[in-house]
Amino acid sequence: MTLFDRLTRSFANRFRSRPINRVPSPVLAKTTPWLSILLASLLPALPVIASAPVLPPFGLLMLLAWRQVRPGFLPIWAGLPLGFFDDLFSGQPLGSAILLWSLIMIVLDAIDARFPWRSYWLDWLVSAVLICACQALGLAFANMSGGSAAIGVLVPQLATAILLYPLAGRLVSTLDRLRLLPIVELD
Amino acid sequence: MAPSPQRRPGFSRRAQYTTFFGYLAGVLGALLGGALLVIAITSPASFSGLRNLGRDATAPLGGVAARSRSGSYNLFEAIGAYFAAGSQNASLRRQLAVNQTQLVEGQALAEENRRLKALLGLAQSDPKPVVFARLTGSTASSSRRFATLSAGSSSGVEIGMPVRSPLGLIGRVLEVGHATSRVLLITDSESLVPVRRASDSIPGFAQGRADGTVQIKLISLGINPLKRGDAFVTSGTGGLYHPGTPIAVVETITRDGAIARLLSDPAASEFVAVDPIWTSETPDSSPPAASGGPTRP
Repeated sequence: MTLFDRLTRSFANRFRSRPINRVPSPVLAKTTPWLSILLASLLPALPVIASAPVLPPFGLLMLLAWRQVRPGFLPIWAGLPLGFFDDLFSGQPLGSAILLWSLIMIVLDAIDARFPWRSYWLDWLVSAVLICACQALGLAFANMSGGSAAIGVLVPQLATAILLYPLAGRLVSTLDRLRLLPIVELD
Repeated sequence: MAPSPQRRPGFSRRAQYTTFFGYLAGVLGALLGGALLVIAITSPASFSGLRNLGRDATAPLGGVAARSRSGSYNLFEAIGAYFAAGSQNASLRRQLAVNQTQLVEGQALAEENRRLKALLGLAQSDPKPVVFARLTGSTASSSRRFATLSAGSSSGVEIGMPVRSPLGLIGRVLEVGHATSRVLLITDSESLVPVRRASDSIPGFAQGRADGTVQIKLISLGINPLKRGDAFVTSGTGGLYHPGTPIAVVETITRDGAIARLLSDPAASEFVAVDPIWTSETPDSSPPAASGGPTRP
């Protein structure tokens, strides 16, 4: 067997669908959700210079998606650190996302207890309502801190955010599979 | 599997305490957020240090994004140019001939303008920019309109300095970090710029509407004299913005003014200039604006 064959076989073994003697990397498994939400919070601030609020709140979408795809992974206090990071870059007055995201985690916990058997449509509906409420309250906080924008400026953003939410769910489930890939070899 | 309706996780004291403190931390987080929000609303500049720190830390990322933005524009333009190369070449030659004539005429006009201004005793006072920098990001998902500028106190940027592109005014500096600063765009609903009509100096204010347009409010009430296509420039009243910087062109007439479209799209301007704060020379006019500017008393 040549060296090349041996290398390709070991690489294939590493990512085979049912490898034995392998476990997921604990670092990857624990940090992927947090890092992906932080990165999503940073995303609207970077690529475009917009003269209107056009991009959906990616950080909020990812938070909701992780919470609904993997209930029980994010602790109920996750809104505090994640919201703080979002506030640093979102342009909202500091504390807006901390408050709203903490409330979202509490509300979703209550909904979990009230509707134990959830469905795709119920998840989407709950997220749509929460996205609208969060952005509308965010606009109210921004207006209190000096702005005076009409609620109509939110409409295109809300529409894209609600339509994008199932895609965010698919992205999160892909990330969830990746983070749990058994890639660390046991001795 | 549905979660158990029982919130109590069995008889383990440790598990019970973990659940309890989790809920407690969640509620405390919400309360802390509310408290921070009240502080941020009552004094909007309070957490600027934290924001400056975060912006400075992510400045390299923003620089990469800005470079790739202009790079991708150039790429698409270059591909598109191949398709129309022949006809474009012919039309460009025609334009060049016309432009050369107009250039000479323009030089003559500039000379005449300079002579007449000298007669009137007006000083030629185009501001010398403090620094040229990139806009590296903006708050694209919030209703407030802030942008990040890739120059900070290390380049001499100060709070209140106006920011403009070659096409027109973009905004003014609101917070200054070491290597980055935060710009209040003129489309933000808190931004209020004193303007005048370019043709006959009718004074007014341009207030942002947070959707890419500004609302022109005239100072003198009465019959609305504005028409579609009227251009507005800064008037320099109250200091801060240098007079004569173009801002917007009227698009829709309203009852007490007009809605105007901006001349300088911040997304299309790769480099922007930061000007020094303008103060009117005559001592009897209004005093120069304080660091917060005229919109934040």
